[in-house]
Amino acid sequence: MDPAEIDPGNISSLQRGAANFMNYCSGCHSAQYVRFNTIGKYLELSEEQLVDNLMFNADKTFETIKTSMPARDAARWYGTPPPDLSLMARAKGADYVYNFLRGFYLDPDSPTGVDNVVLPGTSMPHVLWELQGYQNAIFSEHTVDGVTSQELEGFEHVTTGTLDAEDYDEFVRDTVNFLAYIAEPIRSDRRKLGVWVLMYLIVFWIIALMLKKQIWKDVK
Amino acid sequence: MARIEAEVGKPQGGFMKWIDDRFPFTETLKYHATEYYASKNFNWWYVFGVLAFVVLAIQLVTGIFLTMNYKPAAAEAFASVEYIMRDVEWGWLIRYMHSTGASFFFIVVYLHMFRAMLYGSYKKPRELIWIIGMLIFFVLMAEGFAGYLLPWGQMSYWGAQVIISLFGAIPGIGEGLVEIIRGDYSISDITLNRFFALHVVVLPLSLIGLVFVHIVALHEVGSNNPDGVELKEHKGPDGVPLDGIAFHPYHTSKDLVAIIIFLMIFSAVVFFAPDMGGYFLEHANFEPANLTATPEHIAPVWYFTPFYAILRAVPDKLWGFILFVLAVLLPVFLPWLDRARVKSIRYRGWIYKSALGIFVVTFLALGWLGTQPAENIYVLAARIFSVLYFAFFLLMPYYTTIDKTKPVPDRVVYHG
Repeated sequence: MDPAEIDPGNISSLQRGAANFMNYCSGCHSAQYVRFNTIGKYLELSEEQLVDNLMFNADKTFETIKTSMPARDAARWYGTPPPDLSLMARAKGADYVYNFLRGFYLDPDSPTGVDNVVLPGTSMPHVLWELQGYQNAIFSEHTVDGVTSQELEGFEHVTTGTLDAEDYDEFVRDTVNFLAYIAEPIRSDRRKLGVWVLMYLIVFWIIALMLKKQIWKDVK
Repeated sequence: MARIEAEVGKPQGGFMKWIDDRFPFTETLKYHATEYYASKNFNWWYVFGVLAFVVLAIQLVTGIFLTMNYKPAAAEAFASVEYIMRDVEWGWLIRYMHSTGASFFFIVVYLHMFRAMLYGSYKKPRELIWIIGMLIFFVLMAEGFAGYLLPWGQMSYWGAQVIISLFGAIPGIGEGLVEIIRGDYSISDITLNRFFALHVVVLPLSLIGLVFVHIVALHEVGSNNPDGVELKEHKGPDGVPLDGIAFHPYHTSKDLVAIIIFLMIFSAVVFFAPDMGGYFLEHANFEPANLTATPEHIAPVWYFTPFYAILRAVPDKLWGFILFVLAVLLPVFLPWLDRARVKSIRYRGWIYKSALGIFVVTFLALGWLGTQPAENIYVLAARIFSVLYFAFFLLMPYYTTIDKTKPVPDRVVYHG
């Protein structure tokens, strides 16, 4: 798997990722634990910007990201409802999602016309085909101890999308960055606070050490 | 005295006397702290008892705050944990402290138990302290297990499924027993609800009670020390052990230094790596429990994996369960399995030193193997280490008898 190399501190990447998510993912996937105002605060977006650019099916900024697709229909169409994405990057890892979104390839046997190298047999269609274009996956076969396994060699483009390969990777990277952020919105706060806590403990420790030395002076 | 009292018009001795006449406050404080004498040559192995107490306090306090927002229902549990993580003020900190605390509880308790094995703290006259300690360990395992179901993630669900189904291996009563534990035909809302009751009421109360008894028993006999010398055999004219110093302020001031170092490591995990790479919070547990999708690889949390590896090493379900239970129970008998005349590793021969060294490697190796899939070479390795695990205990009466020990000094060794 290729490393996602996301930059959690890059606010503009996160903003682009949020827009990508709302435009391409939220039609089918919810992020039911994530509130718009939480995103707005961290991504430095005003209430107006939130309403205009991200809140397509929500009225109030304290609402969570829901999907417009009814779960029952989704289950009927895809066999399983599209999973909630609040914690996907934490459950599967950013690299997994990054490679998943880049890993769709043409497969005439699949009902959606595509399969995925990261999650074979996925019922998700290639939603981003317009951007990436379609590609074939090239596998090589290996036989070890009579067991044949396929190994991914690479991809070859069949049709080109509106983005070239590099821009598409960047698009996916921003999206994954946003998914990693919503998986644990408190991440950067806890790190900042952690530094202060450790500094406090170091000072406290020095004082405790001096106290101990003082008290133990007469122990021989 | 009575005359003076009458003159002044109020009783002498103040508030503390008023209390002490009605409750042995000062006396208790003296008995357990200011006049409880423990050896002056304690090394850093001796801080883990106090640290276990600190973790217990952290777990109780954070646990109380978690129950204020957690919903013990299958339909709501997972979402309520996320609600705590995202919407409750400081909820994330409380939750990470509690989840990190669970792992640190076991780290600290395992090191505390290892200390006892280093210095023979379980040997006469401290057998009962050891047995009570083992009971604490069993309750702690149950507490950790029940608590792990509560977030209702994929690993919570399937981990519990695997462990509870183990009891089904018991002939005759197995299936019925499993149903009693679950309260249902599968792990369900009912199971979650009763595990919550166990986790927040029954088990913590037992834990507190046992910890109290553990300390009372310890203070009756007196603490062991790195030399394994009985302090009470050398007392001064005032009745104070010559090598003993008061728990407070001497040991408390030393413990404080250790507590802060512990808090630094604890905070480093809470603030910088609360998942600990999937060991403290398993990745799959960020997906809600899905009754129709078994995860590819089910592993219990790291603190159960040494015993889990033994369970899986046995091809037969019933025998696997028996050896699993035996592996957990065997340390209880250490006071009688160990026939050495000396307590401390300092005065033991090379045989016990090697045996303990191999045991440490065995325990760590089993712990690691328990997190890996049970395939090929791993199964073989788990079998070899399982044999070593049991050999350490079962052969102990023999090798501790033939081991050549060194003479134990009369008094503790202390270099100021």
